Amino acid sequence: MNIELIIGILNIVLISTTPLVFAGIGELVTEKSGVLNLGLEGLMLVGAVTGFITLVLTGNYFYSLILSIISGVILSGIFAFLVLNLMTNQIATGLALTIFGIGLSAMLGKKFSGTPIEGLSPYYFIVISFLLVFSVGYFLSKTKSGLIVRAVGENHNSAYALGYNVIKTRYFTIIFGGVMSSLAGYYISICYAPMWQEGMTAGRGWIALALVVFATWKPWRLLVGAYIFGGVAIMQMNLQAFGVELPGQIFNMMPYIATLIVLVFISSNKVRLKLSAPSCLNIPYEKNS
Amino acid sequence: MQLREDYSNLIFYLSPLVAVALTLFFGSFIFLILDLSPIESFKIFFISPISNSYGISELFVKATPLAIIALGLSYCFKNNIYNIGAEGQLTMGAIFGGGIGLLFNDSTSVFLLPLMILFGAIGGAFWASIPAILKTKFNTNEILTSLMLTYVALFILDYFVVGPWKDPEGYGLPKSMPFPDAGRLPVLFDGLRVHIGVYFATIICFITYIVYNKTLFGFKLKVSGLSSKASQYAGFKYNNLIFYTFIISGACAGLAGLFEVSGPIGLLYRDISPNYGFTAIIVAFLGRLNPIGIILSSLLIALTYLGAEDAQLFLKIPSAVGFVFQGLVLFFLLGTDFLNKYKVSIE
Repeated sequence: MNIELIIGILNIVLISTTPLVFAGIGELVTEKSGVLNLGLEGLMLVGAVTGFITLVLTGNYFYSLILSIISGVILSGIFAFLVLNLMTNQIATGLALTIFGIGLSAMLGKKFSGTPIEGLSPYYFIVISFLLVFSVGYFLSKTKSGLIVRAVGENHNSAYALGYNVIKTRYFTIIFGGVMSSLAGYYISICYAPMWQEGMTAGRGWIALALVVFATWKPWRLLVGAYIFGGVAIMQMNLQAFGVELPGQIFNMMPYIATLIVLVFISSNKVRLKLSAPSCLNIPYEKNS
Repeated sequence: MQLREDYSNLIFYLSPLVAVALTLFFGSFIFLILDLSPIESFKIFFISPISNSYGISELFVKATPLAIIALGLSYCFKNNIYNIGAEGQLTMGAIFGGGIGLLFNDSTSVFLLPLMILFGAIGGAFWASIPAILKTKFNTNEILTSLMLTYVALFILDYFVVGPWKDPEGYGLPKSMPFPDAGRLPVLFDGLRVHIGVYFATIICFITYIVYNKTLFGFKLKVSGLSSKASQYAGFKYNNLIFYTFIISGACAGLAGLFEVSGPIGLLYRDISPNYGFTAIIVAFLGRLNPIGIILSSLLIALTYLGAEDAQLFLKIPSAVGFVFQGLVLFFLLGTDFLNKYKVSIE
């Protein structure tokens, strides 16, 4: 094992973890306002495919980025309308979004599967992802709007009584989460791969979801957690280099098991739970009640 | 907008039909965008797959696991407990039951299959008991734990089929040896794949109907689903209810997993389930958590799987189009529920 190898591996970790940071930080903000969106995987795939198709058709990176973002706004807007205005079950709606997104992306992308493109350098996005985490951290703890988001997520009835618009706040956080997920998808199909393949996000949406819990809803912990998860995934691919004789699947399941342990740890104590998880997470809000 | 006082049973059972109609309406737009004639496409999607005996058999092959899992899930959902890890419980059932089949791979005993079925149910129940225990002992959110455990189970299956259980004569492919004949689920008709799992689904449906309508347990589920506080006030042990409903739904999912591997598949490999565990959640909601409704909705959703396969073959569109329809139908169903709960008036 030499220094080039270590630097090479660190570089791969940096490049492969970024989508987790994007999707995770978006979902963190959504959950902070009390909404659980299980649709990440679907949002990422649709964001990936719309960006890719636009790039192939127009050859313009800017247009492709914009369209990918628009896809996130539309899909998460539908999700927001269902769970906020029609008060549907968040779990079922999120799963529907994932299933729909998997199907839609595969259908749209069929003709473009295997088309070669010139990828974008991942390093811009890596820098943006770091800035994003710090801005979200600042936003949630230091700005008035951020405190409103948290108030809405902790107790929507009190927030309403104080005169804050719960539904409007949640529309913003859901759409922010949706856009971040499509950016994660865009990054995967344009920078990381760069290509389109059915189901190419390969479960990263679910890992991002685990990541938010693992980070106990704190932005800077999310960044650390993302790099732990990303590092473990890369280690699994380079086991021989590390001289490890364990089955690779153990590394693959580690993020999920670590999240389970964190979840048990924070939930087993009422005070700890109150300090970590948004109290109104997944609780429907009825305006007229 | 105000809450409905005259809660309507008619609208409650009619809204799935409205959701299906809306899905077809939007689906025809999708076909138009893809430059396909909607009528021809719907024919290929929904009618031609079941226009012969082979197709009808396949419909039941797909509907059986969906119905069994969704029936199990209905116990949890009625109790307002969100077990969304049925896919993992299905996988664990396949590992446990399938493991027995591989352990006794030279057996010709008539007891082998019943033992596999038993272990399939135990495997699923065991995997479901983890979120149940975490929920009751540590107050852990069951939605997140059951979801995380799904991925753990999938990696465990992956480990077995590329590791210790890999078929030495399988050309290095990640799959196990085939189960012995004694460990295969009997088919109902020669030459067709429909198997005795259909009987199990029917029996589970019947038992569930009785439990929901005629037993104290069913009544407790209903009460605690409406208000867990009321159920605790009435002296029902809420934690026990959580535990039992998880075990029942896990056992059903495990059973479905074992039926898949010992029925149509005949061995263990990575992709034993095309998302049955997640799709069954749609089936349960679409069937209104009603046992007979679930049977009907499982047949409908099974048709989206078959239609998608035919669409890939004849229309050259990816079979993932089936997921688009599944997602749409759930969106519309959840949306129409709103009209069920609220009166809308334009102010």
